[in-house]
Amino acid sequence: MISVPKQTSIHPKERRLILKHADDPDYDVSIDCYIRHGGYEVMKSAFSSRKPEELCQEVLDSEVRGRGGAGFPAGMKWKFLDRKSGKPIYLICNADESEPGTFKDRQIMHKDPHQLIEGMMITAFATQTAKAFIYIREEMPLGAQILEAAVEEAREKNLVGDNILGSGYSCELIIHRGAAAYICGEETGLIESLEGKRAYPRIKPPYFPAALGLYMCPTIVNNVETLCNVKHIAEMGGKEYAKIGRPGNTGTRIWCLSGQVRNPGYYELENGLFTYGDLIYEIGGGLRDGRTLQAVIPGGSSSKVWRAGERFTGKLRNGDKFNWGLEDVPLDFDGPMAAGSMSGSGAVIVIDDSVDIVEVLANLNSFYAHESCGQCTPCREGSLWMKKITTRMVNGGAREEDADLLASIGDQIAGRTICAHGEACAWPTQSFIAKFRDKFIEKAKEDPEAATKRASRLV
Amino acid sequence: MMILHAIQKEKGFLSLETQEWVAEKLELNPIQVREVVTFYPFYRESAIGKRHIRVCRTLSCALNGGYKVCDSFKKEFNTELDGISPDGRVTVEFAECLASCGTAPVAMVDDVLYENLTEKQVVAICDQIKQETPAENSQVEAQ
Repeated sequence: MISVPKQTSIHPKERRLILKHADDPDYDVSIDCYIRHGGYEVMKSAFSSRKPEELCQEVLDSEVRGRGGAGFPAGMKWKFLDRKSGKPIYLICNADESEPGTFKDRQIMHKDPHQLIEGMMITAFATQTAKAFIYIREEMPLGAQILEAAVEEAREKNLVGDNILGSGYSCELIIHRGAAAYICGEETGLIESLEGKRAYPRIKPPYFPAALGLYMCPTIVNNVETLCNVKHIAEMGGKEYAKIGRPGNTGTRIWCLSGQVRNPGYYELENGLFTYGDLIYEIGGGLRDGRTLQAVIPGGSSSKVWRAGERFTGKLRNGDKFNWGLEDVPLDFDGPMAAGSMSGSGAVIVIDDSVDIVEVLANLNSFYAHESCGQCTPCREGSLWMKKITTRMVNGGAREEDADLLASIGDQIAGRTICAHGEACAWPTQSFIAKFRDKFIEKAKEDPEAATKRASRLV
Repeated sequence: MMILHAIQKEKGFLSLETQEWVAEKLELNPIQVREVVTFYPFYRESAIGKRHIRVCRTLSCALNGGYKVCDSFKKEFNTELDGISPDGRVTVEFAECLASCGTAPVAMVDDVLYENLTEKQVVAICDQIKQETPAENSQVEAQ
């Protein structure tokens, strides 16, 4: 059996729901181990005593929001399913985790695959799905092997396949592997890829997956962590689940802390109880010796950056005024949104004062230039231009007007593309220039000779 | 796509003849296969070294020395990025985010992920590869 290294300590502030057993030293990926820990009980009771509509209502009541990036309520997504067409419904688990900074789904799939399968089968039953898929990225070959073995085990126990548990409901579960393209994390791109084509995202409207998804049939695409939450919602009931966290930000979330911080890692925390300051300084152990904070990327590399010392003011949805430093921003969906960014996939990247911020942007720009699918001109050309400019800047060719030039390219990409990759590649540039304009202008004064002798490189 | 995966695993890369064969079997035009092959970074149309080393270069790894890790791999095998090393053993590539940013820097050798890499570990991994994989050209080995 395949096993991956486990985390040895769990922070006392964590509330582990999804990752409850994942890091137990004697917990393995076999179905026997999962059943020993109470696994598939929720599914059995759901299949024998609950109606699909009831389960959908539970998920709606739970107000659980998608953990993939957009934070859209999962129950609503299911409600949009086109049931009038009479076409089969498909369920896809988006396991193409590739937003830089994110590594939460990896933990679930490598350490507790049956939880995902149980969550998916409950979802499939609730939505009366005809066929379910897990689209896992190519860079996780081990994860794909683990999942394939797990599905096989589940099939033997009649938890997947024909006439599941004698309920009369049948659903196949298929593991499909990607081929190293970031754009497959975009749901319509993923669907195209699953159909065996280039992953060019489709334009919405009309191609909302809930109506015209896989093979032009109604389709649900949910993130790994979201689908695992479904199991817990079915177990405790939607209203009960909604008591975890705070209104509109229910449940727990697995935060991925990385970058220049003492204890990087994943931490499952109850939504809204903690702040970014708690995560970075207390749970994450703070910055390394002698370093001060320069910037924080709050939710995956495409979210807008925050500069250390920045303050955010405004009014929350309930009318309360807020005045936060970046350390005070609540760790949930709405907090970072109020502070002009987003929680995205829950990936927090910490940047200290040892690196040049222009290089950080250059690194991200090369990522987005590499990953643009090339379908829309603004993104295909613009992401490359931004990469070229920032790379030239770090190699000693910076000019004072570059800041304005970069900002203008960013402004001309965002909002002008089919999918959100346009925003994803423009937001870093736009926000870095907005928050660190002085550093970008200063860069022009740098000695080109010195630029070639950089101690550490990010591009 | 799963067919292409299977063939690449077996043959190492997807030649034009292979692509035509796949197209014929699936009743597609060859271009419909090739446009897929050329879109996805994972598919290759030419051979690489016997072992495939992918070093993550995206932000969290870069902040923790990903570029240095890549340099050490290149030095150990005396090779350039994306090319086949002179002994035919490896191809070293940069990869975009391997989704293990909490244990940066990371690299993958074929299907295995190595985390929290230090210079010492890179050398150890390289030594292991050299032991497991014979060099193609014995003269290079002798030098």
